[in-house]
Amino acid sequence: MIKQPAALHIDNLVKRYANNVLALDHISFNVEQGDFFALLGPNGAGKSTTLGIICSLVNKTAGKVEIFGKDIDYEFSKAKKMIGLVPQEFNFNGFEPIEEIIAHQAGYYGIERHSAKERAAYNLNMLGLWEKRRSTPRQLSGGMKRRLMIARALVHDPELLILDEPTAGVDIEIRRSMWELLQKLNADGRTIILTTHYLEEAETLCKNVGIINHGKIIIDAPMRDLLDQLKRETFIFYLSEPAEQAPTLASALCTKIDARTLEITLDHQSQLDHVFHELAALNIGVVSMRNKSNRLEELFINLVNT
Amino acid sequence: MTPQELFNAFTTLLAKEILRFLRIWIQTLLPSVITIALYFIIFGQLIGSQLAAIKGYQYIDYIVPGMIMLSIITNAYSNVVASFYSTKFQKHIEEMLVSPMPNYVIIWGFIGGGIARSLIVGVVVTATASLFTEVHFEAPLLLLTVALLTSILFSLAGLINAVFANSFDDISLVPTFVLTPLTYLGGIFYSIDMLPALWRNLSHLNPVLYMVDAFRASMLGVSDMDIRLSLAIIISFVLVLYVVTDMLLRKGIGIRS
Repeated sequence: MIKQPAALHIDNLVKRYANNVLALDHISFNVEQGDFFALLGPNGAGKSTTLGIICSLVNKTAGKVEIFGKDIDYEFSKAKKMIGLVPQEFNFNGFEPIEEIIAHQAGYYGIERHSAKERAAYNLNMLGLWEKRRSTPRQLSGGMKRRLMIARALVHDPELLILDEPTAGVDIEIRRSMWELLQKLNADGRTIILTTHYLEEAETLCKNVGIINHGKIIIDAPMRDLLDQLKRETFIFYLSEPAEQAPTLASALCTKIDARTLEITLDHQSQLDHVFHELAALNIGVVSMRNKSNRLEELFINLVNT
Repeated sequence: MTPQELFNAFTTLLAKEILRFLRIWIQTLLPSVITIALYFIIFGQLIGSQLAAIKGYQYIDYIVPGMIMLSIITNAYSNVVASFYSTKFQKHIEEMLVSPMPNYVIIWGFIGGGIARSLIVGVVVTATASLFTEVHFEAPLLLLTVALLTSILFSLAGLINAVFANSFDDISLVPTFVLTPLTYLGGIFYSIDMLPALWRNLSHLNPVLYMVDAFRASMLGVSDMDIRLSLAIIISFVLVLYVVTDMLLRKGIGIRS
């Protein structure tokens, strides 16, 4: 059976800026078709530069980029048609009605005017912006502008959607609705690459993750495998009755935060079941529990600081 | 992209550019008409009536072609420089850069906007001139050719200026310190035959002179230079500026990191 080309293939990509800063140092990775891939890294690590090169906004110094097997240097038109970009910063014509912004974007992809208007209407409806179609971007809220950028990126029906911090600065309700939309787009077969500083977002949405630091890929792995690297995990337990002191557990380390709250840390090999059994044996009832911090966040901090 | 898709992309950008200047017609179309009307009143009627005829034409008739050419040049240039720089400044040039549109479609989309605005203003200024004097059209085909080539040339010049510009100051420097002196010393108000030999010879280094002279030939049938030479020079400038513009966009200078 012939192997399908990767949605994104990056080979030995180098970017050195005019001021001699080496932003990307021979990075290589693949994003397979249908994947939901998180590209993570601290500020200035090279994430946006990588995305900029993929989308032709940044000139590469060396290396190769292929989109579904199409080289961006030699088959740029075919490669670009397959990409939709949601950039980090708002980049609209502030004076144009948003319906026109979307229709023009479709036109730039060679879509004729009538069809472009229909696609604009469909995408504005999907993103809940139809009522605002005659407004200019300056009249929209931050969350609406973010959704407008997604509508614009989807207007030519790209197979690869690239989102550079799409939920930055939006409230939790809109963020959740955007997560649902992205999950639906991915379930429909679209490959998605996401950069975000909200690691909970990456953990919730993404199947695979690449972490970039100082211009190098330091992790390229399935999310599950990465989370399995966590040696310990810490949970907060909320108790039904006040506890006088922290119980001593055989399966985990327990400390008391306040009368009704315990912090319990257990090894990766240990099972949470055992903790519940031990607490039940001590007549300690648990009302609810949560992770003390996001698991990916713990790993991320460890990885970029080593 | 298929030829049909290329055409769709081009017409999208062109329509957007034309709508842009039509939407703000008070800023883009009206000022040229007012300025040129004032020129006709002051230089044409008030001062011009005291001057001797040039090459068989009254002064007001003699300056009409130059006035039209002046508005074509300034409008082609200012339309493209302002529009392209604005797309850079607001970053929505990225909408075009991420798309599969080739550079030549982007260039011709912006040039198309420059041509449209300069020709509309040219027609309106001609109509304004007809209120003050009789307007002549000796060679209409030559007139259209020179007007079109000149608007392409100065649209390209505006595009190059916008590519290099990093601030709104940068897009007004060239019009103030280069374009205005070249146009005013390009034979709009006089025949270079009236100049001393040194200044007449120096005037031949000014490309605007050839455009104004060829345009005057197309309207009045009189010229200071060989029309074929003027056309050859204009076409050469267009080709050189087009190659430079294409190279700048291909390398991403001023628009890609």
